[in-house]
Amino acid sequence: MAAYLLRRFLQAVVAIFGVMTLIFFVQRLTGDPTYLLVPETATKADIEAMRVSLGLDRPLIVQYLSFLWGILHLDFGRSYVQNVPVMTIIAARLPYTLELTAGALAVAALIGVPLGIATAMWRGRSQARGLMGFVLAAQSMPTFWSGILMMMVFGVWLGWLPPSGAGGWKNLIMPSVALGLLSMATFARVARTAVLDELSKDYIRSARARGVSTGRLVRRHLLRNASIPVISISAMEISQLLAGAVIVETVFAWPGLGLLTIQSITGRDFMVVQTIVLLGAFVTITLNFLADLLYTVVDPRIRLTGTPG
Amino acid sequence: MSATIDKSPAPARRFAGLRREIRGMRAVMPFVLIFAAFVLLALLAPLVAPLDPNSQNLLGRLKPPGTTARGIFYLLGTDNLGRDLLSRLIYGARISLSVAILSVVLSGTAGTILGMAAGLARGWTETVIMRLADIVLSVPAVLLAIIMVAVLGPGFANVVLVLALTRWPRYARVAYGQTLSVANMPYVRLARFMGAKTPRILLIHILPNIIGAIIVVATLEFGLMVLFEAGLSFLGLGVQPPTPSWGAMLSTGRAYVATAWWIAAFPGACLFLLILSVNLIGDHLRDRLDPKSR
Repeated sequence: MAAYLLRRFLQAVVAIFGVMTLIFFVQRLTGDPTYLLVPETATKADIEAMRVSLGLDRPLIVQYLSFLWGILHLDFGRSYVQNVPVMTIIAARLPYTLELTAGALAVAALIGVPLGIATAMWRGRSQARGLMGFVLAAQSMPTFWSGILMMMVFGVWLGWLPPSGAGGWKNLIMPSVALGLLSMATFARVARTAVLDELSKDYIRSARARGVSTGRLVRRHLLRNASIPVISISAMEISQLLAGAVIVETVFAWPGLGLLTIQSITGRDFMVVQTIVLLGAFVTITLNFLADLLYTVVDPRIRLTGTPG
Repeated sequence: MSATIDKSPAPARRFAGLRREIRGMRAVMPFVLIFAAFVLLALLAPLVAPLDPNSQNLLGRLKPPGTTARGIFYLLGTDNLGRDLLSRLIYGARISLSVAILSVVLSGTAGTILGMAAGLARGWTETVIMRLADIVLSVPAVLLAIIMVAVLGPGFANVVLVLALTRWPRYARVAYGQTLSVANMPYVRLARFMGAKTPRILLIHILPNIIGAIIVVATLEFGLMVLFEAGLSFLGLGVQPPTPSWGAMLSTGRAYVATAWWIAAFPGACLFLLILSVNLIGDHLRDRLDPKSR
């Protein structure tokens, strides 16, 4: 088990290292990254000065090493557009994205898990088919469409909720639902499979034979045993939600990291874009690692050897 | 006369299988038709679109569905520049479908070749390709696509390229796994022993055995590619105006959400229908071709 965890940890480290390398080379897809960093109005002399000040006249390998070195010291560089450290800009926006992600996760889990349990318990009945249809529809709904529709209905026509922007908790409702609906399907599927797995086991049948009520059965047995896959899928879904936030935040003008990404692209603030993508990748890799870890720690039935299949 | 064993199933049973097949298809049939309708609209766009999708009628801006402005009938209304929404929707299907098809073909081909190569060659080729695939998959796809478009610039060709570059690992993983399970089969070893070259082994002996799994991945990816193109265009990073793209139309619709609901409602509905039908067809194919995943 320890060997597996160590191996898994090393894999994560290699992945993080690989992502940094990948981003470094993406920067150079067009050849000279200086053009990504200077304003459109820059003169030839400006560009040359910029190139030297960025150290882009050094050999590629030196640039690469100093890029890695900076990140290892949590130095993500400066924004050349706003002339402040990138981390300052990001830190100001991070809380909004965290709020949105938490809200969406809550929506996804609180609707998705009961849906999954219900479709498993009612398997083969028409209610279950109806609910599965709903799940499938929600999964195929682009967030930017469901978001705009909600904005139209609840924001403009009914006037119940503020249509966009940040402010009180009411502003958080629509973005969370729009973002959460997509993950809801994943939760429903995972919960459904987990419950179906449990339902087929002997202890459930003997519990039923003892006359345990359905409600008690769900609460005492099914929820507990189905919780492991659900918890581990939520770790993985968080990274999906962070990525989805780019679009949802743009729809609702929610001032988090997603909107910042788009604003930085339009403002040609490449350093910010690059840092957000790096952070997104780090979070994803870490969460996937934690999800695996969780599996091994929470569920003693899972025995792992040094060589996972 | 020697007794021959008839291995073909009895006619009745064969028809039972066929009936079951058709019954299975019946559930997804409406969605196959919807998908086919979108394909037809995209192919025949110049014939079926009532108007030029880019011709503006500035006096007939933001007209609701079913209005006639300056002698022209607008079934689904007009957008902020007075362009016919219906015609733009029909031409928009072209963009959605062509980006999706091209990126699926590109990433599918590249991923399959790389995956098969990794599975057959093993050693360092395997390590390099599969680790690279892991790394690409560990960056959320939307973010990776966004940073690449930010570097390369938006536009049709770049969107296709970026989608192919971000999605090939999906196919590579499947092709790799499948190749591993086939590569040591006696017939493959025999072929190699008989002197068959690697490309021939890959193409004739391995590809036919793994193509089913690849097609399943491709259908499931297709819906995602439609979504990604629309998402990138919505963010202003995809196909550039005035080319009609559903994503870009939704972005316009967002700006007019309080005054002209139809601009966002219709392209979104098209996207939803297209993605839903592709996803359902993909699910159906997966169940048919891969009974394990049920």
